[in-house]
Amino acid sequence: MLVHGVLAADPLIGFDLAALGRNFWALTVDGLTYGAVYALVAVGYTLVYGVLRLINFAHSEIFMLGMFGQYATLLALGFYPSGDAFDKGILLTVLYLGIAMIGGMVVAGGAAVGLERVAYRPLRKRGAPSLVFLITAIGASFVIQEFVHFVLPALTGGELGGVNAEQPIRLVEPEVQFTLFGANVTNVTLIIIFSALILALATDMFINRTKFGRGIRAVAQDPVTATLMGVSRERIIMLTFLIGGVLAGAAALLYTLRVPNGIIYSGGFILGIKAFSAAVLGGIGNLRGALLGGLLLGVMENYGQVVFGTEWRDVVAFVLLIVVLMFRPTGILGESLGRARA
Amino acid sequence: MQRTARRTTGGLALALAATLAITACGTQSQGDDGGSTETSSETGSADLKIVPSVQIDIDGAEVPVETSGDPVDPAGDGAAECAEGTSIAMAGALTGPNAALGQNILYGAKVAVDAFNAANAGCQVTIKEFDTEGDPQKATQVAPQIVGDASIIALLGPAFSGETSATGDVFSQAGLPSLSASATNPDITKNGWKTFFRGLANDAVQGPAVAKYMVDTLGYEKVCVVQDNSDYGVGLAKEITAGLGDAADDSCSAEVKVGDKDFAAATQLISSSDADAVFYAGYYAEAAPFAQQLRDAGVDIPFVSADGTNDPQFVTQAGAASKGAILSCPCGPAPDDFAAAYEALNGQAPGVYSVEGYDLATIMLTGIASGVTDRAGMLDFVTNYDGEGLARTYKWDDTGELSSALIWIYEVQ
Amino acid sequence: MSTSTPAENDGTTQPVRPRPELPPAGQTPVAQRPHGGLGDRFRLWWDALARPAQWGVGVPFILFVALLPILNIPVLTTVGTNFGAVMAQFGMYALIAIGLNVVVGQAGLLDLGYVGFYAIGAYTLAILTSPDSPWNVTQPEGWLSDDWAWLAILPVAVAITAMSGLVLGSPTLRLRGDYLAIVTLGFGEIVRLLADNLDEITGGGQGLKSVAYPRLGVTEELPNGVFSAGNVGTTLNSGVWWFWLSLVFIIISLMLVGNLERSRVGRAWVAIREDEDAAEIMGVPTFRFKLWAFVIGASIGGVSGAIYAGQVQFVIPTNFNIINSVLFLCAVVLGGQGNKLGVILGAFIIVYLPNFFLGRTSLFGIPIDGNEIANYKYLFFGVALMVLMIFRPQGLIPVRQKLLTYGRELYVAARRTLAKMPDGGPQAAYATAAPASGTGSGTDGPAGNGAGERDETTDGGNR
Repeated sequence: MLVHGVLAADPLIGFDLAALGRNFWALTVDGLTYGAVYALVAVGYTLVYGVLRLINFAHSEIFMLGMFGQYATLLALGFYPSGDAFDKGILLTVLYLGIAMIGGMVVAGGAAVGLERVAYRPLRKRGAPSLVFLITAIGASFVIQEFVHFVLPALTGGELGGVNAEQPIRLVEPEVQFTLFGANVTNVTLIIIFSALILALATDMFINRTKFGRGIRAVAQDPVTATLMGVSRERIIMLTFLIGGVLAGAAALLYTLRVPNGIIYSGGFILGIKAFSAAVLGGIGNLRGALLGGLLLGVMENYGQVVFGTEWRDVVAFVLLIVVLMFRPTGILGESLGRARA
Repeated sequence: MQRTARRTTGGLALALAATLAITACGTQSQGDDGGSTETSSETGSADLKIVPSVQIDIDGAEVPVETSGDPVDPAGDGAAECAEGTSIAMAGALTGPNAALGQNILYGAKVAVDAFNAANAGCQVTIKEFDTEGDPQKATQVAPQIVGDASIIALLGPAFSGETSATGDVFSQAGLPSLSASATNPDITKNGWKTFFRGLANDAVQGPAVAKYMVDTLGYEKVCVVQDNSDYGVGLAKEITAGLGDAADDSCSAEVKVGDKDFAAATQLISSSDADAVFYAGYYAEAAPFAQQLRDAGVDIPFVSADGTNDPQFVTQAGAASKGAILSCPCGPAPDDFAAAYEALNGQAPGVYSVEGYDLATIMLTGIASGVTDRAGMLDFVTNYDGEGLARTYKWDDTGELSSALIWIYEVQ
Repeated sequence: MSTSTPAENDGTTQPVRPRPELPPAGQTPVAQRPHGGLGDRFRLWWDALARPAQWGVGVPFILFVALLPILNIPVLTTVGTNFGAVMAQFGMYALIAIGLNVVVGQAGLLDLGYVGFYAIGAYTLAILTSPDSPWNVTQPEGWLSDDWAWLAILPVAVAITAMSGLVLGSPTLRLRGDYLAIVTLGFGEIVRLLADNLDEITGGGQGLKSVAYPRLGVTEELPNGVFSAGNVGTTLNSGVWWFWLSLVFIIISLMLVGNLERSRVGRAWVAIREDEDAAEIMGVPTFRFKLWAFVIGASIGGVSGAIYAGQVQFVIPTNFNIINSVLFLCAVVLGGQGNKLGVILGAFIIVYLPNFFLGRTSLFGIPIDGNEIANYKYLFFGVALMVLMIFRPQGLIPVRQKLLTYGRELYVAARRTLAKMPDGGPQAAYATAAPASGTGSGTDGPAGNGAGERDETTDGGNR
């Protein structure tokens, strides 16, 4: 590696492979929990790109709204911010988690569809070029962030939103369940990975097995022919945004399980870029690619921050994105959504 | 459930909501989670509090506590007279990504000004707000306006070291006393400015003291120093690492970023090391999840941190994970009635530097009450000031540093 | 926004007639509705003026702008912040807008990491002149006199920024549109994180202070010269001086960019922007010209960064957040991508509007809470971007391509003919007008591209 030479001469960037060796499995497990979140968010990018050839830059804000959605749901259920976990027993905890997840999904899914209606549809009607879409998406991203930053606290009397992160509500206390090659696997890790797995499988089946999924694939492959065959393009586009939003909402809950303090108006941005990187890594427009890319990115980022130092974590992700785009812009599994089938 | 009721009061006026919240929480206890009782309006963990334990000097040696006098009351004797329009200015980040710190200072100052104005009918002081967004360039745009407004006789701020560096010349030449509640970069006072006063100890004092205390008194032989990327965190970590000497373990030191919420890698490094303690140089917003994640990962070595973390919010957010944490501070504890007044006025709990904002504003108001009418008079007053505040004794040396360099060690119990 | 309603403006002088305009600047059917408002008439009038007359109008106008912060015009002058300092920031943003416009507006490359170049310019200057940095070359540790440090390092800063443009551009410019945007976004973040993480050189979160600035006009009262932050005079404060300094650089870069625009390079950019594949096939070495755009854009950003570091005398990573990139882009899009004067207006709006409201308690007698309004600026800019993209994607002052270097008179004549054309519909008008304007004097769009491409092919043959 080029960097290595620099490092040997200059201790500016630490380089500690031994640390990676010591913590390899622990980092892998933790990276997978992150990767699961990236993967779910990445699906939103990839589906929209597959169908519209559009990078929905504002998807990160949909995710952020999802975090607030599940948080508000928990507040409405009578939970309150606390440093300690609510230990309500497995069944009740799962129930509450499920309700909160649905809350997040509803908010994020609704926001995604709303975004499509308000921002993108008028542009599509005018046949604007992709640059115009992207700039609109950036504008929308600003608007959503500032909405949560300024307007939401005014609407909720300061309960939600504002400058500071929300006080965490912790439903699950992380407890080590078993040890895998020396890596502690906690209940939170298990919940995240299994929920993400189920959601990913469900999405994959939906896209590949159902009538709607066929519609999405058809529009992705050839919008004109699909329309001629009786597929309503507008409805499919709405559906695509909805699925992306719903998954982002689910990811939001999983993310806050792992990072309870992350609920803040600016909390979606970096994660969104990483999820996009994950989508590109796996091959944008390709559903399974997004899932694979998410997991890979989560794990590699975790390795990277131990090798180079924790402060380089984001840099690792960005450099990875640039390298992938330079050498294999179609990603690991290739681009097309239409070709990704069971 | 009363809690649900509390959550739905959102639409009501803030003062009403706050009152409701305090009464609601004061009277109830949670049955199913081990009988936690709330001690404040924010639902805290079971009775954990930051409790002062010892006072140390710069060599880390314990210093007996001398009973200091009561803190100065901003209300004064109620007989202050001053010209109409007399004002003080507050400059700092009030909007933008760093707004929380600036607001903490401003709101703290407002508590003092409110108390003063309520008590002194003959002297109504306005506090003028100037937003710098924490951006040095913005500060250079704002500074001339502050200087140009003749009714302003003292400045609370600038809040950050960067904007202070960028504007110090301006205030110095205009002879406007500027009392910063939060700029901790040690170099700021080396510019020869006559009007700058730092309202808290700089890192060069706290760092060595705490480091020596950890090694000599607590007997730690191996400490992992974790720092954030703020001006404060970087400076403090440098001092701590130097002070720890061989006890600072480089292999488990880590850097995190302000705004980070996940500390998996740092946690991993520390859990795989055999360190005796973790020192965190940064603010409570990151310290709380960090402490929690350390505990979650099964790391139970002592968590040591400094004034940026020494905040009730740390305990609130970290919950049981904060138990046993050792927190230093050049400050004395913030009394409960200040917290109550603050929350009643501003609708939120006091945060980092709120107390400093209050104390420094109190000093200015005391000056005005004593008959100071212009900048030169205020400069003279502050230069010769020697009094108790909520947080500490305020008395400056001729560079604008606090002359008292004693550090308090607290423990979460 | 008056230009968007042709009927209103033209109604007084001429029969209303939609102009046979083709879409400007990388635009789309959205933009195909005719323009013929005030802007167009002004443009026509301006183009018709002889060079000396243009100077005769232009110089007093520039002088007027330069004197704005001194004239203290009532409503216009900012209340909560110092007008001179605001204008200084406007100057820097205007430079950035000009640089970014080369990349986004002229070559059609969406760069979301432009703040990275701004940061590199600022940090180069800071690293080489701040006493906190190990690589400080100024006295007393170094050899460079403090008095000249800023001016001496400026070319270095520009060179390094240009090189960073080359380094970023050469691998990434093979990517198209959306991908490029995201990669540059990543680049911008990487630059900021480097500044944050390489703390032994950049000071990390503590930043670098006491950066050099030009020491000019040293007097008894101003021991550090007129550019020092200590110069807080009521009229001629340091902000005004920095504004004037950036005006000089604005004029220099406008001339540079203007000449490039009219040259082979500029025509190649337009060709790439309109249709990269077509341009490539017609023999335009697209990659090389894209790289050119990137490097030129980057160096102008570097100049602006160096001015920033000098004015504030302090750099810290948080001032180079990605949100600034978006603000810069907002300036370009708002003003009109591709129009170098339009984007300066865009920069003015971005910088001036929030400051206009700051600290204002009443406007024209109506009580307002200016601070509150200024607070919401990102919300407003976000909404502005969205609305603009739907209703006026070409920006407030859209660009008109005229690719003819020496054919101004012809161009004007052609435009006048078009304006006076009797009935026959836009298409007919265009069909008759285009030949009349001669082979190379295409007005817009395809005709212009044709010229550019032809040019390129012959050049390609010569190489």
